[in-house]
Amino acid sequence: MPRAVELRLDVADRVQHLAGQHYVVRLTAEDGYTAQRSYSVASAPGNPLVELFVERLDDGEVSTFLADVVEPGDRLEVRGPIGGWFVWDGERPALLVGGGTGVVPLVAMLRTARELGRGDLLRAAVSTRTLAELPYADELLEAGALVGTTREPHGVRPAGRLTAADLVPLWEPGQTAYVCGSAGFAEAASQLLVELGIPATDVRVERFGASG
Amino acid sequence: MAGPTRGFLGRRRERDPRLPPGQYDAGRDWPVLTAEPTPRISPGTWSITVDGRVESPTTWTWDEAHRLPRSEYRGDIHCVTTWSKFDTWFAGVSVDTLLEAARPTPEAHFVVATSKTGYTTNLPLADVTGGKAWVVWEYDGGPLPVEHGGPVRLLVPHLYFWKSAKWVTRLTLLQRDQPGFWEQNGYHDRGDPWREQRYQGD
Repeated sequence: MPRAVELRLDVADRVQHLAGQHYVVRLTAEDGYTAQRSYSVASAPGNPLVELFVERLDDGEVSTFLADVVEPGDRLEVRGPIGGWFVWDGERPALLVGGGTGVVPLVAMLRTARELGRGDLLRAAVSTRTLAELPYADELLEAGALVGTTREPHGVRPAGRLTAADLVPLWEPGQTAYVCGSAGFAEAASQLLVELGIPATDVRVERFGASG
Repeated sequence: MAGPTRGFLGRRRERDPRLPPGQYDAGRDWPVLTAEPTPRISPGTWSITVDGRVESPTTWTWDEAHRLPRSEYRGDIHCVTTWSKFDTWFAGVSVDTLLEAARPTPEAHFVVATSKTGYTTNLPLADVTGGKAWVVWEYDGGPLPVEHGGPVRLLVPHLYFWKSAKWVTRLTLLQRDQPGFWEQNGYHDRGDPWREQRYQGD
């Protein structure tokens, strides 16, 4: 079983998304029963396809279907882009802090910056259990993201959660901080930023729980 | 509405009639979803104000609010991110009690709830009157946890839960509707889970 899948969707007449927004995928059974979930967009707006990253949860009704059953050429009902808060406008400096699959909307921001030639605007720090489990690990490293691993050392950095020492060098006044990850990660990371003196109003948080 | 999805059978054949369309039962879990860092608010500095289109704008401190008649909600809650939670138990004070003291003027038709963080959400006045809304500080017989809006949150359980503003500190009555935080960011103005009013246009 794959741990995750990347779905690349050809969405007819789509509204261009902003980095950080999500799509809803809605599945309908023959008898009309429906199930829907939200997934962050990983692709930059300029990409002709919409790329969604779907973590496969063993007991997930929607994610197991998307990971195990869907094949190239299938049609899916989607809705999006959605969300007007956790979005990066492509113009302001930002600090991106992601945990696990919470890096996905941040990857969209890094890709957008690359598309615009404005990689200088973004700083990123991400946390993962192991490098092998980090979605888009190569791309994140290439974009200069600090990668903290909690279950193994990474380079000279010992295993452990992100700390103030990790984030202080990345912080610059005027940045908006984007924090995305599990509820526990998002809570810890956003409190860390606030304790560093970043105004709470400059910290945008996207939390998610396993929702199948 | 699109047709069936190829190969999708769906798992939950026995659907609990308490589940609105598109929702699943979160069971014992209570997911946390907020758009901003969790504020630490001590009860000593918290207060609730009812102002705007009212005869007598009123503020209650923590102690004063606790001296108001206690009111409880036992039932279900529904989040727009598709989880629902059954048989919750909240306690605090009915919004009706606060409005009785502040006395809405005849032109009051809407309310904006404001949190200590600056988060806002808007509701028709009719959705917070008649025993449908509370200001709560207890969950399951204990203090409301901070990540769930403690010390005090709004509770409007018949609408999606983003309307139940965490860390609520002000209810402002208005003549005209004024979209709040999520309502300005793509979400539905009213948010009735039984009509699946999730996003603008639903």
